[in-house]
Amino acid sequence: MAATSETAHAVPSSIFDWDFIFGHANYWLFIVLMMTGLYIVVARGNLVKKIVGLNIFQVAVFMLYISIGKVTGGTAPIFPLDMQVDPDVAYSNPLPHVLILTAIVVGVATTSLGLALIVRIREEFDTIEEDELLVIERKMTAADNREHGPAMGGRA
Amino acid sequence: MATAEVAVASKTLADHLPVLQVVVPLVTSPLIVVIGVRSLAWPLAFIASVIAFIISCLLLYQVIDGGFISYAIGGWAPPLGIEYRVDATNALLLFLISGISVIGLPYALTSIRFEIGAKNETLFYACYLLCFTGLLGVVITGDAFNIFVFLEISSLSTYVLVAQGAIRDKRALTAAYDYLIMGTIGATFFVIGIGMLYMSTGTLNLADIADRIADQGSNRTIRAAFAFIVVGMGLKVALVPLHLWLPNAYTFAPSAVTVFLAATSTKAAVYVLLRFMFSVYHPSFIFEVNTLYFIFIPFALLAMFAASFVAIFQSDFKRMLAYSSIAQIGYMLMGIAMLNVAGLTSTIVHMFNHGITKAVLFMGVGAFVLKVGSSFYDSIHGLGRRMPITGACIVIGGLSLIGVPGTAGFISKWMLMQAAFENGFWWIAVLVVLSSLLAVAYVWRALDVIYLKAPLDDSVTRDPPLTMLIPMIILAVACVWFGIDTTISIGAASTAAESLLNGSFGMMPTEIPAEMPAEVPAPTIESAPEPETAPAPAPTESQ
Repeated sequence: MAATSETAHAVPSSIFDWDFIFGHANYWLFIVLMMTGLYIVVARGNLVKKIVGLNIFQVAVFMLYISIGKVTGGTAPIFPLDMQVDPDVAYSNPLPHVLILTAIVVGVATTSLGLALIVRIREEFDTIEEDELLVIERKMTAADNREHGPAMGGRA
Repeated sequence: MATAEVAVASKTLADHLPVLQVVVPLVTSPLIVVIGVRSLAWPLAFIASVIAFIISCLLLYQVIDGGFISYAIGGWAPPLGIEYRVDATNALLLFLISGISVIGLPYALTSIRFEIGAKNETLFYACYLLCFTGLLGVVITGDAFNIFVFLEISSLSTYVLVAQGAIRDKRALTAAYDYLIMGTIGATFFVIGIGMLYMSTGTLNLADIADRIADQGSNRTIRAAFAFIVVGMGLKVALVPLHLWLPNAYTFAPSAVTVFLAATSTKAAVYVLLRFMFSVYHPSFIFEVNTLYFIFIPFALLAMFAASFVAIFQSDFKRMLAYSSIAQIGYMLMGIAMLNVAGLTSTIVHMFNHGITKAVLFMGVGAFVLKVGSSFYDSIHGLGRRMPITGACIVIGGLSLIGVPGTAGFISKWMLMQAAFENGFWWIAVLVVLSSLLAVAYVWRALDVIYLKAPLDDSVTRDPPLTMLIPMIILAVACVWFGIDTTISIGAASTAAESLLNGSFGMMPTEIPAEMPAEVPAPTIESAPEPETAPAPAPTESQ
């Protein structure tokens, strides 16, 4: 198993422990990708772009899982046809990869459902920009307020 | 019963109950679509729910005295294969979820036809069953990744169900979209947490993870995993700063959907939180105690007061109940944060009691929507007088929401106060009472409108049809019943709480806390000043 985390690296000699930094390249990648995705979800006003951000966010997690399945020097986890497994050959761990197959399916389902919702939102609201949607919703809430009493809260 | 069966090739149907619990609704759902006959959709869904309910009763009966049933999917033995593990905690939840489904479906028959139209019924019930399957699966499974998969099954179908409200109000679409974004972020955080647990333990079976964490103590990866899981599940639970999806989703979803979601989905998420906090991570880890004391208690208090306060000023009955749900979740989290048997018992009992209470209230709202087409206070003036039975059910539900003695809500709040006193947190007990007063205010506003205001016109003259009325009556009776006879609710909950606090989720059921590393968490954060009556896992006897 990769990653028994912090035990591996020695006491850093300089401020930057380059071995530690480069040795965890896959985690840096994961974090950068994940934060990029999350930032897009939060910062972008376009609903489709939000879904794209969500996808990047999810793919980052896929990368995390896939990279932890790698065993140094390991080959593809496929047994030879005669099932004579050479004990010297190291195999990568296939389990995280298989898990991610499931997670990819989940991701695809989420994306398609999100896009379907966007299509419906566009049909009903005639826009897919979040700020315009908010304006419309605020108007609807204000109309509700006028009609049904002054005390109704909007989006809390 | 009550022992780990090494289920290799079980022969009788009774041995397969744990998997049938999930498989029956899962198979019925596509069956409904494939058959495609509208008149058969509801009966099939109802039959599947009834079967699931019977199975959950049998399972609860087997584990209510302690012990657990372990079921190996496909005969692959647990640590490697997927395990379904039923103990008192999740058996009670299975009982709640399938019970609400059985009671809620007859209600949905009329309500859904009115609110989303008959055209979409087939797909609606297929989707509903998927959601039902997902919730049951989340609760019953003993495999970390399996939880994620079922969580997404239930979430994805929930987004669809919420969006069905668009026929009445187009804001349901944006509510569903918001929920989709936040729910997916939550689920992805959860899956990151599981990935980190897998990195440091090399296993996905919850019991096995628990064993290995107990062996090796905590490290940074395990602590990070804990954080990710708590935040991810916090989104699903609607823990207060993460609750923004809930009010709109509950308000704009069709009434029958809201009934089901409010009663079950957040409860399933609370269950997962409980499972990870107590079964996987031993509750004596200092970082967990800190999380509970310094994060859960403040946020739970915030939920209890802020959400209740906002609820008072709503002018829509349904939205008021949605905010009240957030407040009630605060009580559940507060019970967890008490870290003793009484506290956990109160959490588990409150999951159950609040489930039935909120179900009856949302059903009442749905009945108003059926009659006058809206749930705003100014359009339901005096309806309690015109619809006496619906009104009576709402009164009972409202009393239970407040926690009046003799109703189910009282039992769980009483347990919570007991837990607070046991810890010496008397001020929490005081705050629980104060926030209940806020509940009095918002329930009173609703009752004031439906009883004391004069009816707007004479168009509404009687209660909704029996299919909606009977479920409401059953649940209202249950609210009173579980407030007086608590053998099932408290019985299962205290068994569950004790086993959770013992951390007895390991693979070996016999050697419970013997060499559990009480103080193992060696390299934890600069141990923050320990609150009085610190973690000591010794479960103080309640009552």
